[in-house]
Amino acid sequence: MQEVIRVENLTKSYKDVIAVDNINFAIKKGHCFGLLGPNGAGKTTTIEIMEGIIKASKGQVYYYDKPIDESMSQQIGIQFQHTALQDFLTVKETLKLFTSFYQHTVPHDELIELCDLSEFLNRDNRLLSGGQRQRLLLALALINDPDIVFLDEPTTGLDPQARRNFWQLIKNIKARDKTVILTTHYMDEAQQLCDDVLIMDHGQVIARGTPRQLLKEHFNEVFIYLPAEQIPNALCTKFNWQVHEQQVEIITTDVEATIALLLAENVSLTGLHVKSPNLDDLFLKLTGHSLRD
Amino acid sequence: MNFSRFFAVFKARNIEFFRDRSSLGWNLIFPVLMLVGLSFVFSGDGRAIYKVGVIDLAQSKSSFLETKYMSFIDYQEVALATVKLEQHSIDLLVDFNAKKYWVNQGAPNSYLVEKIFLSDNSNYQRIETQGKKIRYVDWVLPGILGMNMMFSCLFGVGYVIVRYRKNAVLKRLKATPLSAFEFVSAQLFSRLFIVIFLSSVVYIGCNLFFDFYMLGSYFDLLIVAILGAFSLITLGLLVASRSKSEELIGGLLNLSSWPMMLLSGVWFSLEGAPNAVKVFAEFLPLTHLVAGARKIITEGATLADISYHVSILMLMSTVFLALGAYFFSWNTDR
Repeated sequence: MQEVIRVENLTKSYKDVIAVDNINFAIKKGHCFGLLGPNGAGKTTTIEIMEGIIKASKGQVYYYDKPIDESMSQQIGIQFQHTALQDFLTVKETLKLFTSFYQHTVPHDELIELCDLSEFLNRDNRLLSGGQRQRLLLALALINDPDIVFLDEPTTGLDPQARRNFWQLIKNIKARDKTVILTTHYMDEAQQLCDDVLIMDHGQVIARGTPRQLLKEHFNEVFIYLPAEQIPNALCTKFNWQVHEQQVEIITTDVEATIALLLAENVSLTGLHVKSPNLDDLFLKLTGHSLRD
Repeated sequence: MNFSRFFAVFKARNIEFFRDRSSLGWNLIFPVLMLVGLSFVFSGDGRAIYKVGVIDLAQSKSSFLETKYMSFIDYQEVALATVKLEQHSIDLLVDFNAKKYWVNQGAPNSYLVEKIFLSDNSNYQRIETQGKKIRYVDWVLPGILGMNMMFSCLFGVGYVIVRYRKNAVLKRLKATPLSAFEFVSAQLFSRLFIVIFLSSVVYIGCNLFFDFYMLGSYFDLLIVAILGAFSLITLGLLVASRSKSEELIGGLLNLSSWPMMLLSGVWFSLEGAPNAVKVFAEFLPLTHLVAGARKIITEGATLADISYHVSILMLMSTVFLALGAYFFSWNTDR
C-alpha cells in the first residue's frame, strides 16, 4: 500500500523542553492511524507539524514523497483540539465561509448528511452542544474533500453517546477511502477505530503496530479478579497476588489451571471476572504510569 | 490575493458585527447621547461681554475702544475675521483705518453692538454679512464622532484579532488556504465599512435635530473620515499584531486611546495648551482627523487647505500597516 505521509527524524524543542524527540514513522493510504499517549506526550505537537501549522526544529515530513509546503492546505482537512468558531454565524454560514477558501469542495448537502448537521443547520455557533460542535468541526475538516483528515482528540469532553456517534462518523469517512490521522488518549477509541497505532510518551515512540499485534506481543496473560474477602491472606501471600480496591488481581497465562487451584483451595467463585488486557494495560506496562494521569 | 476569499471573510465579519446587538447599539447610542448631553449643557451663551474684532488693533485709535464690558480682538486679515463674525464668535468687525465695519444680519448681539458703535462713530461704510451661529455642539461634533470612530477602530480590530487568536479561530483559518494578507485586509475593510456607515448614520440622524453647521463639502469630510478611520484601524492592528492576552491588549488599547481622547482636541481647542502637549498631539492620528474635519466644517476648508493633516494621516496609515503586517502572527505569544 502506498505511503501518504512519512515522518523522518522529527524533533521539536521549545526553549528547554523537548516536545518531540527524534521520531520516525510512515502512514499508509486508507488507514486510520492513531497517535496515542497521555496529556503532554507530544501528540498534538507531532500532528501540528504534520499539518504544517508549526515548524519542526529538526527533521522533515513528506507528503507523497515531497516535503510538505503551503499547497498541501488544499488537500488536507484538520480538526483541532481547541477551536472556537466565529460567533454570530450560523452553521450554514460557517460552511459557506469555509467553502469559499478552497478550489474544490464537497457539496453542502453531502456534508450535512455525512456529519448529521441537518437538525441544527440554522443555529448560531454559540448555541451548539459539544457533540454538535465537533460534528460541525468535522464537516469543516472535510469540506475540501481532503485525502488526509487530521483529528486531534475529537471526542475529548463528549458524553458516551456522542462519542459513539462520532466514532460512526469516522468509520463512514474511512469507508470513503480517506486516510485518517487521529490523536486520542482514549484507548477504547483507538481499539475501535485504528488500523495502526503509535504510542508516544515524553516525545518518544514507545510502541508501534496494530492494536491486536501490540497486545499479542506484550501480553500472553489475562487478569482474574475476585472479591478480597473470599480469599485467605495466606493464599495471596503464597502466590504473590496483589490486592487493589478490595479485589484480588491474579495474573495468569492459564485460566483453567488457576480456577482449578482456587476450587481446590475451597475459594468461592462468586463475583469472579476475567479481563483481557487492553491498550490501557499495555500503556501502564510500557510506561509505568496511568494514561490519564 | 483571492478576492472571493477576501469577500467571504469581509462579509462574515460584517454579519458578526451587525448581529451583536449590544455592541451595535453602543456604537450608535453613545455618540448621540454625548451630543445631546453636550448641547444641553452648553445651550446658554455663557458670554458676559461683547466681542469686537478690530483690523490691526495696535494702529487703531477711537473712543469706542474705551467702551466697558467689551473685549477687542486683533485680526490682521479681513477674510478670517469675517468668518468669525459669520460664526458669531465676534459680534462686530471694525477697520478704523479703512473706515469700514461689518455686521452680522442674523445675530441679535451684532445688532446691539452696532447701535453702541454708531453712537460714537458715524460716516463708516456698513457691510452686512450673514451666517449661522456656530454652537459648541457644532464645534465638538467632529471630536465626538472622531472619538467614537477611534474606540470602534482600535477595539473593534485590536480586541477582535486578539480574541480570535486566543480562542484559535485564527489557527483554524490558518489551516485553510486563506492567507494572512487576505484575512487582515478583510478585517480592515470590514471595520472601515462599519465605522463609516455608523458615523454617517449618526451624523445624518443627529443633523435632523441639530441642523449642524457645515461650510465645507461633504465629500471632503467623507475622505477625511475614511483616512482617519483607516489610520486608527491600522494602529489597532499594529497593537494587536502579536499578543494572545486579552488583558494585555485591553491595557495597550487604553494606553493608545486615552491620550487621544484627552489631547487630540476632542473636547477643547489645544491653542492655549503648552507647547510640549501640542507637539505630542501631533503624533496622534485622532488629532489630525479631528482638526481636518473641524476645518472643513467650521472654516469651509478644502482637502488642499488641509493637505498637512491629510498627508500625515496617510503617512501614519502606511507606517502602522507596514509594521502591523511585518509583526503579525497567527498564533504565537511573544
